[in-house]
Amino acid sequence: MRGIVKRFPGVLANDGVDLLVRRGEIHCLLGENGAGKTTLMRILYGLYQPDAGEIRLRGETIRVASPKAALSHRIGMVHQHFHLVSTLSVEENIVLGLSEGTGPFLRFRRTRAKIHRLAEEYGLEVDPTAKVWQLSVGQQQRVEILKALYRDADVLIMDEPTSVLTPQEVEALFGTLRTLVEDGLTVIFITHKLDEVMEASHRVTVLRKGKAVATVNTAETSKEELARLMVGREVVFRVEKDAAELGGKVLSVQDLHANNDRGLSALQGVTFDLCSGEILGVAGVSGNGQHELSEVLTGLRRATRGSAILEKKDLTNCSAREIADLGVAHVPTERIRVGTVPTMSIRENLILKSYRTPDFCKWSILNEKAAYENACQAMTEYEISAPHDGTAAKNLSGGNIQRLVLARELCGCPGLVVAAHPTYGLDVGATEQVRKVLLEQRARGAGILLISEDLDEILQLSDRILVIYEGRIMGIVDAQDAVLEELGLMMAGTGQQEVSA
Amino acid sequence: MRMPLWLQVERRASISPWKVFGISIGAILLAMLLAGLFFQLFGVSPIRAYGDIVRGALGSKLGITETIRRMIPLLVIGVGLTVAFRALFWNIGAEGQLLVGTVAAAGVALFSGIPEVLMIPAMFIAGFAAGALWGIGPAYLKAKLGINDVITTLLLNYVAIALVEWLVYGPWKGPTQRGFAYTDRFSAAASLPVIAGTRIHWPTLAIGVFAAVVLFVVVRRTRVGFEIRVVGENPDAAKYSGISQTKITLLAMMISGGLAGVAGVGEVAGIHHMLLSPEQISLGYGYTAIIVAWLARRNPLAAILTSFLFGVIMRGGDVIKVSLGLPFELVDVFNGIILFMLIGSELFIRYRVRFGARREVA
Repeated sequence: MRGIVKRFPGVLANDGVDLLVRRGEIHCLLGENGAGKTTLMRILYGLYQPDAGEIRLRGETIRVASPKAALSHRIGMVHQHFHLVSTLSVEENIVLGLSEGTGPFLRFRRTRAKIHRLAEEYGLEVDPTAKVWQLSVGQQQRVEILKALYRDADVLIMDEPTSVLTPQEVEALFGTLRTLVEDGLTVIFITHKLDEVMEASHRVTVLRKGKAVATVNTAETSKEELARLMVGREVVFRVEKDAAELGGKVLSVQDLHANNDRGLSALQGVTFDLCSGEILGVAGVSGNGQHELSEVLTGLRRATRGSAILEKKDLTNCSAREIADLGVAHVPTERIRVGTVPTMSIRENLILKSYRTPDFCKWSILNEKAAYENACQAMTEYEISAPHDGTAAKNLSGGNIQRLVLARELCGCPGLVVAAHPTYGLDVGATEQVRKVLLEQRARGAGILLISEDLDEILQLSDRILVIYEGRIMGIVDAQDAVLEELGLMMAGTGQQEVSA
Repeated sequence: MRMPLWLQVERRASISPWKVFGISIGAILLAMLLAGLFFQLFGVSPIRAYGDIVRGALGSKLGITETIRRMIPLLVIGVGLTVAFRALFWNIGAEGQLLVGTVAAAGVALFSGIPEVLMIPAMFIAGFAAGALWGIGPAYLKAKLGINDVITTLLLNYVAIALVEWLVYGPWKGPTQRGFAYTDRFSAAASLPVIAGTRIHWPTLAIGVFAAVVLFVVVRRTRVGFEIRVVGENPDAAKYSGISQTKITLLAMMISGGLAGVAGVGEVAGIHHMLLSPEQISLGYGYTAIIVAWLARRNPLAAILTSFLFGVIMRGGDVIKVSLGLPFELVDVFNGIILFMLIGSELFIRYRVRFGARREVA
């Protein structure tokens, strides 16, 4: 790819990017959020058209008008958010949209054989007849990879593939990718995690603010150098954390039960305490009740049994508004779909919860001036970068959306912060800032429940770590004594006694 | 999305109001072109037909006043629908809400014995209440039980039609109407004033314009408008921020149904001065107003403009019926094509589409 330029209104997403990927290598595309990695790959996959520049594949200039065209050039892509039909089976998903020349009927015998062959060859075991909704996230990702391979992809683009996986699943994925390149395929791997670059790739191209700043051989570089290239300055890896100054009990959860969206039991008797000035990390593979826990605590889901007491007030099954008014901040898992109204402005999103307070509303008329001043202050304080306060939230990068959510949730000094995956999908700069903000809240005396699938993050920030598996607590350990392997075993369902025995 | 090579489709980050306006105009022009084929089928030159429509609707004082007369119910209903649509409630039942409004107005006019000075306000209030009740039922069912709003509102139209028919053929049939299926004529006190020499019942028009302005401000500037927008733009975020979707849905439907009821009051008190069979009261105003609200892109102020446009079309239908002997139903065909084109044009609002092939080098 040479001289690729892509403009979006107000943003130059790719500014003359050159990217050279060699056959048979794992090539990492490293950069912060908003650096233009995904945009560049969407151009290669035909989802966007470049404003300038050319794409050459196997020596020939090509134009990729659509994903279909990309596939005909044997370019496949696995998106960060999967594109699967959850009510269909694995094999149905794999053949979806393909015409096999069999008339109106689907014949699965031949397809099944091919799926089996691919799965075996590359370590992508998954039951072809299982429905997608029954699969774990890691298995769904395998289906996505199989889908691309089934279409004879020769260049495989992976957009942040590890962000949803357990450490063990990440290992398995890397194994698969290595087998693929040994067979002559080419993998382009988008990430912002330096460890992964170092572990998995042969070469790496660093993007910063829409420009390719360097392409280096992984063996000849270091984490520190890559981080500097990516952020444009030195990066401190360790988060400075003071010793905890524990205050009184903020939250007391007793024998909490709740169901998930399908009405199945998701929380089965969760009990823990959280003190002020403490960060309690909740570790677990996604789908083990963390999401339901955060929703019950913030009034978005009913508890079927048990209680949650905030200081002296019982907030079990209070409404979301009552709980927010009691000083509970919620950084939701899906910050875009739940935490913001994408079509509304930064200004309006910042008052999503406080719009009816006297500060912003008199005689039920909104005070535009107050909202504007609030937006200016929040944008400065939390470094939300956007053209102006009227910019629609959907035009912000992931990091800026999270800054917006934090700015809104943390104003008014909440006593309890429920932060679900606060740095998921964020770049180094934004991650650093989010973690700093959480530690500031801790120093201020807030109790923080930190739900995350990033074990490094949990280990760095937490004072205690709670491991959850199938809606039950497998154990609570002090962060200082925690061992990564033991946490991993507990996340996979082994009890704490067995682990430490 | 699968697209041929000569099409390039990309999601837009944002779009200016002028572009939306331009795209809407384009949709209407395309609809006129297609509808022209139907005129051709009837052996009438489309150019002649459109000429007659424009001249008949706008070329004379009578034309303009009759256009405005058609515009009034479309405006009053359309303004309310913009609010319902904003709150993501698909109210297809304005026709029924209009009809129960006429029933309430007739009930008050004929049987209440309210003092004359209070008669008109009482009729409007009763009409609003009846329309609002007719609309709140489906809203409640949707909010509490998740029952599809399109189906409930649509089916309630037929209930309202049956109700009016039963009344005018049965218990409310006027003794002085010599067997016709009408109620008795309303008294003078129960009739709306009109602009002299026209059928423009200006109080209803004033209500429509006033409602458009007020609702525009409400949606943009007030607390409850903020809640309506959040619910409409992202129900999950509304739930997350503690906004009650039930409350907002009920409120939006109260406004929408109520205004449709008011439109009904205007028709019986301003035009007919009696309750009569449903198809004589409304020529599908409740359905056409859906297109009015949609073309206005859910902006109450813009509904003033779009309701006028559809006033022209309806008046045009009256004209070509007489001058060219074409059926009035062609108006419905035309309206249907416009709605079709408008929904199709959403693609151009959400995506940037570029034509023109650059050959692919394989």
